[in-house]
Amino acid sequence: MAKVTFRTDECKGCGLCIDACPKGILKLSEETINKKGHHPAECADPDACVGCASCALMCPDCIITVER
Amino acid sequence: MAVVFERPKALLDVPFHYCPGCTHGIVHRLVAEAIDELGIEGRTVGIAPVGCSVMAYDYFACDMIEAAHGRAPAVATGVKRSDPDNLIVFTYQGDGDLASIGTAETVHAAARNENITIIFINNAIYGMTGGQMAPTSLPGQVTQTSPYGRDPKACGYPVKICEMLAQLEGPEYLERVTVNSVAHVRAAKKAIKKAFQNQIDGKGFSLIEVLSSCPTNWGMTPKKAMEWIDEKMIPYYPLGVYKDRSAGIGPGLGGKEDK
Repeated sequence: MAKVTFRTDECKGCGLCIDACPKGILKLSEETINKKGHHPAECADPDACVGCASCALMCPDCIITVER
Repeated sequence: MAVVFERPKALLDVPFHYCPGCTHGIVHRLVAEAIDELGIEGRTVGIAPVGCSVMAYDYFACDMIEAAHGRAPAVATGVKRSDPDNLIVFTYQGDGDLASIGTAETVHAAARNENITIIFINNAIYGMTGGQMAPTSLPGQVTQTSPYGRDPKACGYPVKICEMLAQLEGPEYLERVTVNSVAHVRAAKKAIKKAFQNQIDGKGFSLIEVLSSCPTNWGMTPKKAMEWIDEKMIPYYPLGVYKDRSAGIGPGLGGKEDK
């Protein structure tokens, strides 16, 4: 059981977390636009997250928290 | 559930002004993690440069000083010598700062083996001023001021800081890392932490060169910029330890690099 949370309003939508995720479960939200005007990253399949924190290691804005 | 990854305490809760996908944020975090893990926040002083990371003083929880362009190693020398047993001093500089206008300060701080830590961001371009050719731009690289690609006949060849400083007797530790993949980020963190540990142990001058990306001025997506580091930058700027005097690595030290 693992949980990944994003501080959505600070995401700049660079997508580096998406490429880093070994499970391929992250994506840029198609519906939402955050305060900065970007489509923020989100987890499409929370149950599949293994909590490896690869996304957080690559996030240049340090907005990802990982619990396991 | 336990938290396995969160923002380090030495990094203030302030959004970075950097462009999307800029690796400055990753390196800032690695420095902050090293400060946290070594428990030195209260006695650390950072020196901010001129360049995109000029506002680094807004992001770190430790004391920060802004230096004139390129002069961060000179300021760091003064701060460190004012209280050498207690203070931990690091500079955070880009290539336009450290490898261009600040070359003299860098070389002489290394030659003196000043007991400071330097984090050197090499993204092969002047980022803040809009993407002009830097001393570290690759031959053939297109920038605002080299629209047909950098021509070494007219503009000379890139400055390889780690290779250059390794020739000096002074410095303790020189390593080139990058942050374009998870494995490389882990290796970079280890190197940065060691550079701080060296200073705590009184070993002397440590410089970590981080190959970084500049998606905006390179004209690439963040993902493509990370691939460009692998394809173009690492072949020209090989990763690795260029000098580690304590481990006997470096020119004239008889280690594996000295063949």
